[in-house]
Amino acid sequence: MDLNRKTLEHNKNFMSKTSVMERLEILADAAKYDASCASSGTSKRDSRDGKGLGSTEGMGICHAYAPDGRCISLLKLLLTNHCIFDCHYCINRKSSNVRRARFTPQEVVDLTLSFYRRNYIEGLFLSSGIIKSSSHTMEQLIEVARILREEHDFRGYIHLKTIPEADPELVAQAGLWADRVSINVELPTDAGLARLAPDKNGTQIEGAMGNLSSAIVEAKDAQKRFRRAPRFAPAGQSTQMIVGADGASDADIVGKASTLYDRFSLRRVYYSAFSPIPEASAVLPLKRPPLMREHRLYQSDWLMRFYGFAPHEVQQATEANGMLPLDIDPKLAWALKFRERFPVDLNRAPREDLLRVPGLGTKAIAALLSARRHRTIRLEDVARMTNSVAKLRPFIVTADWRPTLLTDRADLRARLTPPAKQMELFG
Amino acid sequence: MIAVDLAEPDDFEAWRAEARRLVALGVPPHEARWAEADGPRDLFAAPAPAPAPASAAPERQVRASRAFMDLARKAILHSDPGRLALLYRVLWRLQEQPRLLDDAADGDVAALERLAKQVRRDIHKMRAFVRFRSVTDEDGTERYVAWFEPDHRIERANADFFVNRFASQRWSILTPRLSLHWDGAALLEGPPASRGDAPSQDAAEELWLGYYRSIFNPARLKVGMMLREMPRRYWKNLPEARQIPDLIAGAQQREAAMIATGASLFEEAAPPSLAAIAGGIEACRRCAIGCNGTRAVMGEGPANADLMIVGEQPGDTEEREHRPFVGPAGQLLDRALGEAGVDRQAAYVTNAVKHFKFTPRGKRRLHQTPTAGEIDICRWWLDGERALLRPKVILALGASGARGLLGRTPSIGKERGQAIAQPDGTKVWLTAHPSYLLRLDGEAREREHGRFAEDLAGLARMLRG
Repeated sequence: MDLNRKTLEHNKNFMSKTSVMERLEILADAAKYDASCASSGTSKRDSRDGKGLGSTEGMGICHAYAPDGRCISLLKLLLTNHCIFDCHYCINRKSSNVRRARFTPQEVVDLTLSFYRRNYIEGLFLSSGIIKSSSHTMEQLIEVARILREEHDFRGYIHLKTIPEADPELVAQAGLWADRVSINVELPTDAGLARLAPDKNGTQIEGAMGNLSSAIVEAKDAQKRFRRAPRFAPAGQSTQMIVGADGASDADIVGKASTLYDRFSLRRVYYSAFSPIPEASAVLPLKRPPLMREHRLYQSDWLMRFYGFAPHEVQQATEANGMLPLDIDPKLAWALKFRERFPVDLNRAPREDLLRVPGLGTKAIAALLSARRHRTIRLEDVARMTNSVAKLRPFIVTADWRPTLLTDRADLRARLTPPAKQMELFG
Repeated sequence: MIAVDLAEPDDFEAWRAEARRLVALGVPPHEARWAEADGPRDLFAAPAPAPAPASAAPERQVRASRAFMDLARKAILHSDPGRLALLYRVLWRLQEQPRLLDDAADGDVAALERLAKQVRRDIHKMRAFVRFRSVTDEDGTERYVAWFEPDHRIERANADFFVNRFASQRWSILTPRLSLHWDGAALLEGPPASRGDAPSQDAAEELWLGYYRSIFNPARLKVGMMLREMPRRYWKNLPEARQIPDLIAGAQQREAAMIATGASLFEEAAPPSLAAIAGGIEACRRCAIGCNGTRAVMGEGPANADLMIVGEQPGDTEEREHRPFVGPAGQLLDRALGEAGVDRQAAYVTNAVKHFKFTPRGKRRLHQTPTAGEIDICRWWLDGERALLRPKVILALGASGARGLLGRTPSIGKERGQAIAQPDGTKVWLTAHPSYLLRLDGEAREREHGRFAEDLAGLARMLRG
């Protein structure tokens, strides 16, 4: 059971050890095109009672970062990269010439426990290529989660990718073991899906997301009434869209994301800039989208979730071709288009107006609102609460500062470009 | 002056008891000297007086808000020796201003918040970066042992997290200040440890290293982002971090292989605006310099400039200030242009290479000359700037700047002081790089300055005519 002892045994048998390692390399490599590695937002658990293993905090933990800047929080694996589907953007598609491998559910369980005990990870993110049938594959994924939870009383984080084509009964079961479930909508437009993922079906994907969403709501409701009602995916559901593989503009993508948030009460929509994959299909565009585009989409996502922007307002920030500017962030782009909304008086403006100021984050705004009950805000006070006053100045009024003319200058955009680099918004 | 000794630097309850007593006694912050067992002491301060007898003047009631207590519990763990005095000062001020903590713009409050924030981050990083290795105890049971070096005194405060998570396995966390041991039922504290006390290998670690290599996507190198969240000082205790240099080099080789096979690094259309170039160079990872974690420096100046000036690459000052030609070489250039009667403000100033190439030497970053290959890759951006600005004359400073413009490395000595006509109608004018002049001495310096001035005078004539 314990991988440590197992690998020691395997040391005697060189072949089988390289085989675990080799398969791990193949199946981790195949899993890296899923952007999510979040381990946050689930119910709080621990194993202080000495039984079982693991704990979850409200906030996830990134145990390492790779040189691609991405957080490593979970053991992200495919159970297998064999696949009967032929989606053009996917490295594991049937017609691709990659090396194939598979793990048994027990092997994934052993790896997860062995990594978890050494504090490498918060838990497991398991996905899979489709083998035999969608339902068969889903059964295998559920089996991994069941062994972890039932046989090992594992209390860490589990994220299961669910397969929309599988029997709805099975998809529902996944939610009983997992903290988070997700179904990828894959492409922002139905036309893109039809062309690039011929085996998938938009209606079916959204139907499955709808089922999950109602199961999550029902379980939450039942828990309020019966303390021992089963939990169902307490960290909710998320999805992922591939950016730049079809012709969808940023405005289209923002619109799609907002619909998804509304209809399925998603926790997160992840964007994955289509990255050139080995064995690329000829249907795909040769041009890769700039990584910055993905970043700008995450920023616009943040604007909708935390800054009170309506989807049509984010779309107002796009240029004539429906794309968000790459050189400046969408909040600044919006502010430059709606200059009449500025400057905002930091001593008087309500929170929703402060949230519009480029360079002011939610934390700084909370500090400002609290501080201005005690003092009249001056520029130096703002400096103490934010990263950069220089960026803010054209948009704010304080007791000792008023941007004369600055907001109206034609070259304001150039003066504020490029902005300080923001943190990548994964997590 | 009243001295207060704290036996354990992270003992919040002890600090709290002492601080309450001093506030009750009416000792103002500047009269109290806080010291800790392992810190420096004020030899001239008197020890704190014994508690006043009950019959003495009525003591002040001491108040502290819940928010202060929460903040203070974190801030006291900070390694900054000044934190005790700061905590006391805030507590003292709270007596008159009970809502002081709401004022984030207050200097003391901001300082306290900053300490607490750094401690919280350290606590979080310890939870993330502790790496256990498995050993077998004498009774044959497995024990998981880690060596960790926190920045602040967070070990005890963080023990609960590891108990909650790993109560069912035996574990030890060794640190330079103390060691924590969990035997399955109770948490024990041991003496300071050293790295050698922890096991040096582990049976499953190879698999973890393999996972780390495979989950990394070499098509999207973002070293700066990784460094922000996983700073180098943690690397020595992270087994997977040993692989980082090889992974980065491998990713760069992959790009190099793409060039070698003739695939273009730039598949997009030419940048439509200077702003697009500014955004593009910031994200550009097409050569090794772009991947070194520095910020790209964009050209600067009016978009309708007649004169464009092209240097080699941003230097240390330029990278930090994020502007071209603001360091010593830039100042020399400014002076010389002024003397020649050329208005630098009217010129667009940029570099052949947009990122700063350097080798670290202690705390300093020493300039390194970019290779011809690197200049050629970056030429895409310089060409973009040229196409958008359409200057009449371009002044190339040094061989690197000239290569970025001409696509070949000219001999400055032979080709300086004459206009080199370009297919697009612009004229390129060569001279030495001002940083070359800064490195010279004596007669050579005199001579080269003279030639530099001559070149610029020629440039001025060309601009007028």
